[in-house]
Amino acid sequence: MTAVLDAGLALLLVALAAWATFSRGTFAAVVGFIAYGLLLTLAWVRLQGIDVALTEAAIGGGLTGALLIGAASRLRATEDAARADRPGAFTRSIAAIAAAAVTAALAICVFALPDPAPSLAQEVAANISVTEVGNPITAVLLAFRAMDTLLEAIVLVFALIGVWSLAPDSAWGGRPGPLHRADPDGMLAYIARVLPPIGIVVGLYIFWVGADHPGGKFQGATILAAMWLLVVMAGLADTPPVSRRWLRIALVGGPLAFIAIGLYGAYAAGAFLAYPLGFAKPLIIVIELALMPTLTLILALMLFGAPQREARR
Amino acid sequence: MNLALDIFTIVAVTAGAVFFLAGTLGLLRFPDSLTRLHALTKADNLGLGLVILGLLPRIDGVLTGFKLAFVWLLVLLSGAVASQLIARALRNRDRRP
Repeated sequence: MTAVLDAGLALLLVALAAWATFSRGTFAAVVGFIAYGLLLTLAWVRLQGIDVALTEAAIGGGLTGALLIGAASRLRATEDAARADRPGAFTRSIAAIAAAAVTAALAICVFALPDPAPSLAQEVAANISVTEVGNPITAVLLAFRAMDTLLEAIVLVFALIGVWSLAPDSAWGGRPGPLHRADPDGMLAYIARVLPPIGIVVGLYIFWVGADHPGGKFQGATILAAMWLLVVMAGLADTPPVSRRWLRIALVGGPLAFIAIGLYGAYAAGAFLAYPLGFAKPLIIVIELALMPTLTLILALMLFGAPQREARR
Repeated sequence: MNLALDIFTIVAVTAGAVFFLAGTLGLLRFPDSLTRLHALTKADNLGLGLVILGLLPRIDGVLTGFKLAFVWLLVLLSGAVASQLIARALRNRDRRP
């Protein structure tokens, strides 16, 4: 019975991926992609990867979906022109051949993997107790693969700088995104008042249980960012001008704290990002606490987009 | 007692699944956006409510039960708000010539 359900899930995933790729309308493709993200969440749950499932639901389905819907609605005016500008048969066949070659190369690599695949899982499982973190995903991400997590946070800062750099000169330093006006007594303003208290508690809870159960800073930060987006979209608050000093300090604060703790590890434990014995868990908590506000700000600001309006004085 | 709880779960979850099926059918078959919204929210509200009701006897711990009920309440809230927003957008579009 579960095999039938899994097969159905896999088939639906492939069908939705094809829909998102081949669909002619941008909006239809985006909707297909969001449904694909939600089904992928179910697939991760079936594979017992609850942490990945939470991340996929929050970032893959939710945040990326909102980002793509925004992009699709901005592109709507030029969509017909872009479609009329269809590349010729030669260009398309070269693109098809290149894509097929990449897929084939990937397939060959996957099939060429030794069986059983080389794995560090045994060593990790034997040593994980020294981190004193109950959730193995968090332990791996912040102890054994801390470098990856650090670079991930820095990449996000660069991504936000990339988004901001699209601002026209006249709006540089101003507020990101359009000014949202909604009926102050309407449904959107109502939900933007009711939901954030609940969302903030849930976001912080998911962040906090990440030490021992599925969850963590990324998933929690996405929920907090979503609450901020809701408040801004309902017109209850405006986005901060990107020239604000507190904003810029908060944006680099998380990665800087991470690097500082890494350097402390080089001094106290002999290697960059190593933790002295017995201090692993408190240091991991400090890193998570420092990264959480940075991630929340970056994720929300990426959705707000480039600065568009001058900051009113 | 266990048998009664099993039967309760089977009946409630099946009834919930029927509501989801009917809602999906309505979404595909109803003629205009407002009736489709109606079908969709019925499926979410009643279908998910019945599924959660059916699952309540199977969980260990009161806290998990509260979490499940809370999830249902959040879905009720977001469904109601989203359908209101879509319906309002539809009305505004139809008013404009």
